[in-house]
Amino acid sequence: MNWQALVLTAKLASSTSAILMVVGIPVALWVAFSRRRWKFLAESIVALPLVLPPTVLGFYLLVAFGSNSPLGRQYARITGSTLAFTFSGLLLASVLYSLPFAVQPIVSGFRAVDQKLLAAARTLGASKLKIYCQIVLPLAWPSLLTGLVLGFAHTVGEFGVVLMVGGNIPGVTRTLSIDIYDQVQDLNYGSANTTALALLTFSYILLCIIYKLNQKVLLWGTR
Amino acid sequence: MFVPKTALLALALVLGASAQELKIAAAADLSAVMQKIGPAFEKQTGVHPSFSFGSSGNFFAEIRNGAPFDVFLSADRSYAETLDGAGLTDQGSKVYARGKLVAWTRNGSAVQLSPDNLKFLTSSAVNKVAIANPEHAPYGRAAVAAMVHFKVYDQVKPKLVLGENISQTAQFAQSGNADVGMIALALALSDALQKSGHYVLVPLDSYPPLEQSGVVLRASKNKQAAHRFLDFLYSPAAQKLLHDYGFETPQR
Repeated sequence: MNWQALVLTAKLASSTSAILMVVGIPVALWVAFSRRRWKFLAESIVALPLVLPPTVLGFYLLVAFGSNSPLGRQYARITGSTLAFTFSGLLLASVLYSLPFAVQPIVSGFRAVDQKLLAAARTLGASKLKIYCQIVLPLAWPSLLTGLVLGFAHTVGEFGVVLMVGGNIPGVTRTLSIDIYDQVQDLNYGSANTTALALLTFSYILLCIIYKLNQKVLLWGTR
Repeated sequence: MFVPKTALLALALVLGASAQELKIAAAADLSAVMQKIGPAFEKQTGVHPSFSFGSSGNFFAEIRNGAPFDVFLSADRSYAETLDGAGLTDQGSKVYARGKLVAWTRNGSAVQLSPDNLKFLTSSAVNKVAIANPEHAPYGRAAVAAMVHFKVYDQVKPKLVLGENISQTAQFAQSGNADVGMIALALALSDALQKSGHYVLVPLDSYPPLEQSGVVLRASKNKQAAHRFLDFLYSPAAQKLLHDYGFETPQR
């Protein structure tokens, strides 16, 4: 087991899911409750990583990070290094790539909140913010947790984008999925298996928790 | 069941074509030159070679697991010989050219390349150096060997980023994400890289030779055509192309 890769992956996944919550909740609120006609356009952008091959995102990020692009040049001028091959670069890529996995369940949760409650709150003069914070978020907490966990799990399972913009640096961008790939390429099936099995078990347990949680909520709902 | 005639025709074409097709796993340093050698071979023999490019080590692992290639073109001898030793080849491996390592940088970069040694990699103008993953790419091993030879490896090590194969390494440098790419001369001479940057040859005595080796795989169902392809690599036409693309060839 490559502990360095494990620690790195855990760090990347938890930072990513933390950012995803900060970014994802407002996005989900807007997607769930906005009535704008062109909403579907923005909704589709958020959902893009669900259908795009990681190579598309990887390719554009690599080009954007490079010193040929205005963005890459500005970033290099300010920080003195490029975003490619760094933890920050990987973090940015992961947030973009895992966004729909966090946002979609949260949107479903928000939409499932009883409209009558919201209408009642509105007639009693509650502000939008108050309705969101005191009614929607508390009622939708299982979907928030699902979004958080899925964002985390999807980042752990990220491979293609990391391969394209990471540069495989030990301790910086060599995540567990890359480590497994390297082990397999070098025919170290034993150590590949150790890591792969650990990931498999971890993912299964994580999903069990989500489904159990949703089942419970469903049961409460019928009671 | 109703099957449109056109579908049957298409099927027949596909089946017909596969009998005349060679599947070739080739080291990524060959990607440019094989686009020229492939059609020349097809013109002479009527056999269509279809290439997959990647790092030699990746293909080696795939072939060990039964990947259905007819020919394997490795960027060094070790992988071809190990397959040979494992009894997975037909008639052993042949060296048909020698690859060269270069240090490449974008036009307009602050990096001062030098043909004498690799000390320039330690300069502050160099933040990131892209090499192919030495675990499974021969050019990556050559790059590390050259850095060790010039006693700069320990200083350069924190600057290293690893490409999956030599093409990705070139792409890291060409996109401006790495300041220097340690890549194959064959790639530095490709149109895209020639336009956007310049290079110096890394002294040949500083790394073990990158002997381009070819084998026909024992599992191939098309051994005769496969051997014809390997033989073709020794033809004056192919050797000239290899030479033009920066490989050292025995005849020249």
